[in-house]
Amino acid sequence: MTVGYVVAGWLFLIGVYGIVVSRDLVHSIVCLSVAQSSTYVLLLAVGYRDHATAPVFGDIPSNPHVVDPVVQSLVFTDIVVSATVTALLLALAVQAKKRAGTRNPDDLSELRG
Amino acid sequence: MNRAARIAVFAVGALGLAIAFLLAFDALPHFGTESHPYGDRSVRAAVAQKTSNVVTSLAFDQRGFDTVGEEFILVLAVLGGTLLLRAREDEREDDSDDAPRSPEVADAVRLTGYLAMPITLLLGGYLVVHGALSPGGGFQGGVALATAIHLLYVAGDYQALDKLRPVPLFKATEAAGVSAYVAIGLAAIATGSAFLTNVLPLGSYQKLASAGTVPLLNAAVGVAVLSSVVVLLSEFLEQTHVVRAEGDA
Repeated sequence: MTVGYVVAGWLFLIGVYGIVVSRDLVHSIVCLSVAQSSTYVLLLAVGYRDHATAPVFGDIPSNPHVVDPVVQSLVFTDIVVSATVTALLLALAVQAKKRAGTRNPDDLSELRG
Repeated sequence: MNRAARIAVFAVGALGLAIAFLLAFDALPHFGTESHPYGDRSVRAAVAQKTSNVVTSLAFDQRGFDTVGEEFILVLAVLGGTLLLRAREDEREDDSDDAPRSPEVADAVRLTGYLAMPITLLLGGYLVVHGALSPGGGFQGGVALATAIHLLYVAGDYQALDKLRPVPLFKATEAAGVSAYVAIGLAAIATGSAFLTNVLPLGSYQKLASAGTVPLLNAAVGVAVLSSVVVLLSEFLEQTHVVRAEGDA
């Protein structure tokens, strides 16, 4: 158990806490980004290898001692997905403000036609 | 439920989750472990495919099919954003030039924006083209290129940005980028292999024309991502600058 994994857990919990106590839709969207970034930290921490370098080679390597590139490509996909989710959520927040006049999720609890 | 009840429920859940996390992290292999079986195999495969950047090799060669899905996620998000942000019945789009201009920005910001724009364009182009050779790739380079274009907006000039990036053109190039990716994948079928097999000659290590189809796929993704981000941001910017409620001047 090291700091790397604990940071991921902490980021997730603090992100979800931010969503729970949020009074502004945009703030809660950013908190969701924080929670998503916890998955990146966890994946990259799992892929780490002591005293290893980045998985990019200048020449054909004889003994490649690099960190795990598979989890890095997973994080790569993860980042693209979270960017698209954030974009759609922000568009929803814009329309919510226009139709309901408020960005406070507590005031948006009833469905409007 | 009211706010206090919500926070109380969250506290209970968070406590349970924290305990579960700590138990799980204890059971993981220790941080920095030498044993990465998938990592070793993917590095060997990337070297055999003459690709310097193993992560790009994974994204476009070894796991190329997942990147097709990723591209479609991006295109669908732009589609969803466009639908959500279209002008409603009680709004209209005000394209006239006497629409309020952007607020004044400091001269230093304006100068920095104009100077940084060509540098960032070059950097984005470099990231896209050298995706297989050094850290970078189509997605990263596409975002950098889109950022470069929007430095015009940051420098305070929405009108210039609007004239420089005709949105219908970028919608077309977005479709072209995604189609090119799928077409390159289908071309592999034409040669008798599976979808997205790397069928072009692999070239020599660290040359621009190495790694087979990976540079082409990178270029297709770069074009598609650049166009997607520009279209998406144009929708958001139009909300501020163009869409007006009926009855406004």
